[in-house]
Amino acid sequence: MIRFLVQRLLLAVLVLWLVSLLVFIGCEILPGDVAQLALGQFATPENVAALRIEMGLGQPAPQRYLNWLLGMLQGDWGQSITTRTPVVTMLAERAANTALLAGITTLIAVPLSIGLGLVMSLGTGGRLDRAGSVVILGLSATPEFLIATLAVLLLAVKLHWFPAVAYLTPGAGAWETAQALFLPVATLVIVVTAQIARMTRAIIGNLLDQPFAEMAMLKGVPRYRIVGQHALIMAVGPLANIVALNVAYLVSGVVVVETIFAYPGLARLMTDAVQARDMPVVQACAMLFSTVYVVLILLADALANAFDPRLSSARAEGKSS
Amino acid sequence: MNANQDIAPLPQRKLPLALWISSSIVVLCIVIGLLAPYLAPHDPTEFVSDMAFEGPSSSAWLGTDYLGRDLFSRLIDGTRLTLLMALAATMLAHVVGDVLGLLAAARGGVLDTVLCRIVDVSLSLPKIIVGLVVVAALGSSITVIVVVAGLVYSASVFRIARALGRDLVAQDFVQVSRARGEGLGWILFGEILPHVVRPLAADFAIRMSFAILFMSSLSFLGLGVQPPLADWGGLVRENLPGLAGSSLAPLYPAAAIALVSIALNLLVDALGERSEAAVAQK
Repeated sequence: MIRFLVQRLLLAVLVLWLVSLLVFIGCEILPGDVAQLALGQFATPENVAALRIEMGLGQPAPQRYLNWLLGMLQGDWGQSITTRTPVVTMLAERAANTALLAGITTLIAVPLSIGLGLVMSLGTGGRLDRAGSVVILGLSATPEFLIATLAVLLLAVKLHWFPAVAYLTPGAGAWETAQALFLPVATLVIVVTAQIARMTRAIIGNLLDQPFAEMAMLKGVPRYRIVGQHALIMAVGPLANIVALNVAYLVSGVVVVETIFAYPGLARLMTDAVQARDMPVVQACAMLFSTVYVVLILLADALANAFDPRLSSARAEGKSS
Repeated sequence: MNANQDIAPLPQRKLPLALWISSSIVVLCIVIGLLAPYLAPHDPTEFVSDMAFEGPSSSAWLGTDYLGRDLFSRLIDGTRLTLLMALAATMLAHVVGDVLGLLAAARGGVLDTVLCRIVDVSLSLPKIIVGLVVVAALGSSITVIVVVAGLVYSASVFRIARALGRDLVAQDFVQVSRARGEGLGWILFGEILPHVVRPLAADFAIRMSFAILFMSSLSFLGLGVQPPLADWGGLVRENLPGLAGSSLAPLYPAAAIALVSIALNLLVDALGERSEAAVAQK
């Protein structure tokens, strides 16, 4: 188990190092001069030259990569080209907002979706199960922006229950903040819940086909106990895995949702930076998102492993042979 | 005998119904995409009204867009663009993924290990972030986002093709073919490929729905197809301001994306071809 974790951890570090390399190269092959681009068409050659020196563009690329990487590790993430403020301060506030959005979503979606999946498993093949399956299949294939635009149209524009844009005004009361967060959170909850409920239903369904469930049924154990105790305990590992994967999926979900609701989060900062070609910000955001994603995937792997030791022993055998 | 009597399979009647609905939607969209220039009542860039976000009228069936152009014509034109882009990206993903995946399965060894590691790394990155970084570096054009989508999804396709291929490589007919001295090309495309065409075709449909969502998201963020052209995602973006005036304009393209995506998923489900591997890797 420990050996497995160390292996995966090393792999994650390797992945992140490769990502840093890719992000750096990606931003390096930018056509045109970064300094020129930052200052606009009407910059004087002297200004451009000064900025080039300030940004260290005169140095060879490997040297700059090393400086950038060391800076990232030490918390010095450079300066935004457009706003001329340190990237760290820009990111800190935005990242907290995104974490709030993703955190609330997870707290609501996980119990809701697993509960839904279990209820559907109670009456497998029944009316509730079939209707639920169709709705969930539909929702899991629906893009976030349809759910979000529908929600805005109905709940914000027609009914005026919630604001259509989710500004977080500092000093606003808890009620205003909750109102502002409602629509973005609801959109993400719907998307994530559909995914997890579907997988829960599939996992439990598979377990119910196994001999132990059949045995319990023949002994006369009530169905809710077979689902809620026997099957659920065995499903914990795979479920934890699915949950972690879906929280990781939130990384891409927030990108669209933050844009629709003009939510001041990290993803919107990144898309704005991409549009403005503000490379230090793009690099930092990409690294931050990738790190969170890689860590969550690692967590998913570790959880699946902790609950099913066969996985790690199978892998260890595979390695040694 | 399976004792789970109460876990009844879905009634047979349901399956053809789902199949019917989903395949008609897919076929309808393809026909609209093919015949777009003949079906659209107006030129998609023509201004039909001075008013933005007008309601439906006899000249503009779905109303006008944010610049007073015919939304219906733009939607039809966008169908063509969206489907062509998704098709191109998915074909790229499958050509790269299938060939390399089957090759890795058949050859094994160093090639297999190296390819698997590369795929491991690329699958552990959030796809949309990869898309954003590439667009930041190269600028947004249709070619860029199609190639990015194709390459991003080729990693997932590789995994599936390799897994399918590995099951077959160990089988007698492949061994016999090897013993006969057939070349690698024949073993891959003559022996293995015909056996994996069905699951790969199913993956193609699912992958296409992912590609539509991926590229629509980029266009929606303003980082994909650039105006005056617009795919479905771009149409949602440009008409989003209309929501405040309770115009339905952004809903139609968003619904189109959802409809096609659901139809493709339902089609594969109904044909009973959904591989668990594909589900796990949205």
